[in-house]
Amino acid sequence: MRCQRCKGDATVEVRRHHTAFCNEHFIEFFDRQVERAIEGEHMFVRGERVLVAVSGGKDSLALWDVLRRLGYDATGLYINLGIGTYSEESHQKSVAFADAQGLELLVADIPHDYGMNVEEFARATRRVSCSACGLSKRYLFNRVAVDRGFQVVATGHNLDDEAAVLFGNLLHWQTEYLARQAPVLPSTHPRLVRKVKPLYRIAEREAAAYAIIRGIDYIVDECPNSVGAKSLLYKDALNLLEQAAPGTKQSLYWGFLERGRPLVQAQDNATLRDCIHCGQPTTAEVCAFCRMTERAAERMRVRRAGDAPRAADVPDEVPAAAPSAGG
Amino acid sequence: MKVLIRHEKREVEVQGRRRVRELLVELGVNPESVLVIRNAQLLTHDAQVADDETVELRQVISGGGA
Repeated sequence: MRCQRCKGDATVEVRRHHTAFCNEHFIEFFDRQVERAIEGEHMFVRGERVLVAVSGGKDSLALWDVLRRLGYDATGLYINLGIGTYSEESHQKSVAFADAQGLELLVADIPHDYGMNVEEFARATRRVSCSACGLSKRYLFNRVAVDRGFQVVATGHNLDDEAAVLFGNLLHWQTEYLARQAPVLPSTHPRLVRKVKPLYRIAEREAAAYAIIRGIDYIVDECPNSVGAKSLLYKDALNLLEQAAPGTKQSLYWGFLERGRPLVQAQDNATLRDCIHCGQPTTAEVCAFCRMTERAAERMRVRRAGDAPRAADVPDEVPAAAPSAGG
Repeated sequence: MKVLIRHEKREVEVQGRRRVRELLVELGVNPESVLVIRNAQLLTHDAQVADDETVELRQVISGGGA
């Protein structure tokens, strides 16, 4: 197979565009797609400070790398979720990348700041892990961005991520979520920064190819909590379609942005106000993150009280003449 | 050839040379979900892999709800 541009040996096939590239021209293609996304969707401009959500995985490190190469002012933010060795390794990969490139990496540490990890948040609030994790990340990315004076947060969501979310929302006709799915979510509150997804034109396979060609050492192992996640099932289903009909994912998501989203957008009329506890924007009196952390902290208090040595409580509560209460 | 399937933490031995496309069909792997790497270089689906070579199948799909 030959590179479409230089006719040398190709290394990456891009079937949805009926083409293939060598390493050098694949990077050129990748850069062009990212620039088209940033400029076409008015995500941000050069000179504006961008906070990049960094997980140590291929997508976020590829995003940080391409933004830096294209001359954008990008600072990384890594969130320690406290997921055992997975978090340790992903942190190491993020730090190593930042050090090698001479980039600034901010760190938010959930176990340190909240006394428990996202798995404990999930258990305490009966959420699935990915839901507690996603809520925590969205909250902290915004909060750190606001506190540090960034106006925009960029995440590494790629075409496959977006197509899978859309597919899931369509399967369940989640119209309110459909209305809010876009490559750019504008700021609609003084303490809500703009969220952008500069890789929405890049397939997941292409993001991985970019990381490998650029020699980026990313965490290859999956988050242990993602085993059995619905998003993976949807990605597999879409890849079966993509294999038989290249361009399906692109047509689903880009078609939605062009023709589907305008139909559901009118339904997104949520009004934001300040959370009475943390001041972050929310549609409720107390934001979902504060509700989750408070419930988790309460559960931990109850558990600790239950674990306390029973003998210490007995003298005050049980009359001296009464038999021991036992259990 | 030796095939390293990293995300499954296993290696398989396949006898004889193959094109990448044929190899993936034989292993039941959707080509959309992996990259094939030989000596740190990516391979397209029509590339030939010789019997004495080693390739890695790198899973590219990651997920979770966030």
